[in-house]
Amino acid sequence: MKVMAQMSMVMNLDKCIGCHTCSVTCKQAWTNRTGVEYVWFNNVETRPGIGYPRGYEDQEKWKGGWERTKRGRLKLKAGGRFSKIAHIFSNPKLPEIQDYYEPWTYEYDMLLNSPASANIPVAKPKSLLTGDDMAIKWSANWDDNLGGSQETASADPILQHMSEHVAMEFEQTFMFYLPRICEHCLNPSCVASCPSGAMYKRVEDGIVLVDQDACRGWRMCVSGCPYKKVYFNHKTGKAEKCTLCYPRLEVGLPTVCSETCVGRLRYLGLVLYDADRVAAAASVENEHDLLEAQRDVFLDPHDPAVIAAARAEGIPEDWIDAAQRSPIHKLIQEYRVALPLHPEYRTMPMVWYIPPLSPVVDVVADSGADGEDVRNLFAAIDKLRIPMEYLAGLFTAGDVDPVARSLKRLAAMRSYMRDVNLSETRNEHIAEAVDMTGAKIEEMYRLLAIAKYDDRYVIPTAHVEQARELEEIACSLDYEGGPGMGGAGPFGSSSGQPVPVAVENFHVLKNRQTADRPSTPGRVNLLNWDGNGTPPTGMFPPKSSE
Amino acid sequence: MSPLDVLLWVAFPYAAFAVFVLGHIWRYRYDKFGWTTRSSQTYENRLLRWGSPMFHLGILFVLAGHVVGLLIPAEWLEAIGVDEHIYHIGATVLGSAAALLTIAGLIILIYRRRSIGPVFLATTRMDKTMYVFLGATILFGTVATVMYQVLGPGYEYRGTVSPWLRSLIFLQPEPELMAGVPLAFQLHVLCATALFALWPFTRLVHVFSAPVGYFFRPYIVYRSRDAGRSNRPTRRGWEPVATPQDAKKAAKARR
Ligand code: SF4
Ligand code: SF4
Repeated sequence: MKVMAQMSMVMNLDKCIGCHTCSVTCKQAWTNRTGVEYVWFNNVETRPGIGYPRGYEDQEKWKGGWERTKRGRLKLKAGGRFSKIAHIFSNPKLPEIQDYYEPWTYEYDMLLNSPASANIPVAKPKSLLTGDDMAIKWSANWDDNLGGSQETASADPILQHMSEHVAMEFEQTFMFYLPRICEHCLNPSCVASCPSGAMYKRVEDGIVLVDQDACRGWRMCVSGCPYKKVYFNHKTGKAEKCTLCYPRLEVGLPTVCSETCVGRLRYLGLVLYDADRVAAAASVENEHDLLEAQRDVFLDPHDPAVIAAARAEGIPEDWIDAAQRSPIHKLIQEYRVALPLHPEYRTMPMVWYIPPLSPVVDVVADSGADGEDVRNLFAAIDKLRIPMEYLAGLFTAGDVDPVARSLKRLAAMRSYMRDVNLSETRNEHIAEAVDMTGAKIEEMYRLLAIAKYDDRYVIPTAHVEQARELEEIACSLDYEGGPGMGGAGPFGSSSGQPVPVAVENFHVLKNRQTADRPSTPGRVNLLNWDGNGTPPTGMFPPKSSE
Repeated sequence: MSPLDVLLWVAFPYAAFAVFVLGHIWRYRYDKFGWTTRSSQTYENRLLRWGSPMFHLGILFVLAGHVVGLLIPAEWLEAIGVDEHIYHIGATVLGSAAALLTIAGLIILIYRRRSIGPVFLATTRMDKTMYVFLGATILFGTVATVMYQVLGPGYEYRGTVSPWLRSLIFLQPEPELMAGVPLAFQLHVLCATALFALWPFTRLVHVFSAPVGYFFRPYIVYRSRDAGRSNRPTRRGWEPVATPQDAKKAAKARR
C-alpha cells in the first residue's frame, strides 16, 4: 500500500444556476493574457449540448484517454510512445482553434470616436487572431440555456449514444449545467502523452501541472486529455491548464472558482488513495465496474492501518486530520452521492459530481403531483428513462443504477427534511428506504444544503518547513523584471526567464490599467479590466475639463 | 591562400561554432520558457499535416546523408566495399529524393506561413531571418547537386569539402582545400555556417529537444513540490531560512 493524498473537488449540480461566475473569475485570474484568449480553464456547459471544445466527448474522433487492450493492459487510445514520436511533426488529433472558437474583441473606438451622424455607430467584432473583421459563429457557451440547440444538440456525443428518438424530444424533458475544470486525474493521460516529461502530478497533493520551462510545445497532452482540459497557448507555444489554484490552496484558500461560486456548490478536500492499485483499477474489464474500482482505490482515513501507512509515507499529521474531515470523502464514500465524470476514459478523474435531481423534480411538479413526496420522486426516478440514461452516459459509463441510487438519496433527503421542517416529524422509514439513518440524512443535509464555508472547504496548508520552496512565497520578491514583462522578446512573446504567476498577472494588469493605449490598438478589450484601478484608456471619453 | 580564404574558411566557421555552442548554453540558461517548437498547428492543420512531416523527414534524411558524406572518409567506405561509383549513384539518387521531399515540404510551409493570416502574424523577425538562411542553404545545396551531380559529371566533394571540415574538427584547418571548390558548394557552405551561428537564437533550438527520454520513462511522472526549487536563482539576502528538519536532512546527506 502506497498512500498518497489527492486534493479533489465535488460539485453539487442541483445548485448550479449557470451564471458563469466561476468561468469569469477564473479567466480573470489565469487566462486574461494574449495567447489564451480562447482558453477557459473553468467552463460551464448546458447539457444536453455539445460542450467546449465542440464534441470533445466523442473519443472515437479525438482518441483521448486510455483504452483497455485485449490482454487487459492499458494503452493510450491515440497510440503509445512509438506512435507519438512517429506523429510528432503533425499531431493528427489536435483540435484546431475553430473547434474551440475564434477569439474576438469589438472595435469600441468606433463607438467612442464616431462623429455625430444620422446612423448609430456599431462596434464591429474583430478577430484576435488576425485583427480582421469576423462573423461570430461560435463560442465557449454558444448553446447556453439550450440556445440554438435544435440545430446543434443532436451532435451531443451522449445523446448520440442513446436511442435515436430521444434526440427529438429531450428539450421539453430536462436541462442542467455542467461546470468543468481539469479533473486532476489519478491516472492522467495528459501526463502519459507528454514526450518531454514536462507534465507531472505533484506528489504532495496530486495536482497535475505543466512545467513551463520543460514544455517544448509538442501538443500531445492537448489531444491526450479526453476532457480537453489542456490548452495550447498559441503565443508562447506552450501548454497550459487548470492549476487547481495551487498558490491559493497552499496557503489554505479555496480555488477561485470555488470561492466565487454563486451557488456555493463546490467542495474541496483531500482523499487518501492507494497509488499501487490505480493502474489495476483503471484497467478493469467492464466499464460499469470502473466507478466501484475507483472507490476501492480510496482509503478510509479513519482506519488505523491507513493512518500508519500514511505516516510512513511522510504525510503530515494535519493532512491526515484534514483527510478525515474531508467533505469529498463524505460525499464519495460515506453518502455515496457523488459520481465521477466519464469514468470510461479510464483516467480516474478526481472532480466528482452530485447528479441533479431537478430534472426529476420538475417532471413530477409539472404533472401536478407533489414534487417533494418521496414516493412520487422514487417512481419518477424509476420511470424517467431519458434523463436517467443521459446522466448515466455522463457519470457512470451508461450504468443507470448508481445514478438512481444517488438521486434516490437526494430525493429522500428532500422529503425527510420537508417533514422535519413542516411538522418536526422524523420519518425514519424514508431514510431506511435508501439505506441511511435519519441522523446521517441530517448530516448530509448540513453539508449539501446549509453548506457552511468551513464544511465545504477543508484545505490543509502546505507545510511551513516546505513553505520556502513554494513558488509564490520565494519568488514574488526575488524577481526583478525580465523579458516576459514588456511584450514580445526577440524569440516571440513571453520568452525569457520564468515569471512567477502572481508577478506576471500583477504586471499585466498594471500595464493594461496604466497603458497609454488600449491593449489592442484601436480597440478596448473589456475582458482586460477587472474593475479595479483606472479603466483602460479609451473606454470612456475624456472628462470635459481635460 | 588569400586572407579572405582564411577569413571565410577558418575564422568564420570557428566563430560560428563558438556562437552555436555558447548561444545554446546562454539560451538554455536564460530562456527555458522561450525554448519551444512554437507550433502553429492550432491555427491551421490542413497544409501543415502534409508540409511539416515532409519537411522534417526530408531534412532528417539530408542530415544523415551529410554525416556519411562529410564525416566518414572515402577510404573507410571503400574498405567496406562502397567505391566511388556506388557512393556517387547512392548519394545522388537518395540525396535528390530527400532534397525533393524537403523542398516540397518547405514550399508548402512557407506558402502556409505567408497566406494563413494568424500564422503570418505569429511569425517573428527572427523566424523570417532564419527562413532566409535555411532556404538559401537548401537552395544552394540543391543547385550544387543538380548542376554537378545530376546533370554534370559529378564533383568529388569528398576530396575537398569533407577533408576541409574534418581539418576544422581536428583543429588543423586547411582552408586551401576550399579555395578551388565550385561557387555553388561554397555558397552552400557559407549559408550553412551562418545558419549555425543563428541557430541558438531561433526556434531551431527545438532540434535539441527531440524527446528521446520518452522511451525510457514511466508514463506517469510524479514530482515533488521541492523539485522546482533549483530552477530559479536565489537572490542575495533571500537565501532560504533552514528549518530544523533541513539541518537534519543535510546532516544525514553529509554522513
Ligand atoms: S482532466 Fe486534467 S489530469 Fe485528467 S487527463 Fe485531462 S488535463 Fe490531465
Ligand atoms: S459560479 Fe457556481 S452557480 Fe455559477 S455557473 Fe459556476 S458553478 Fe454554477
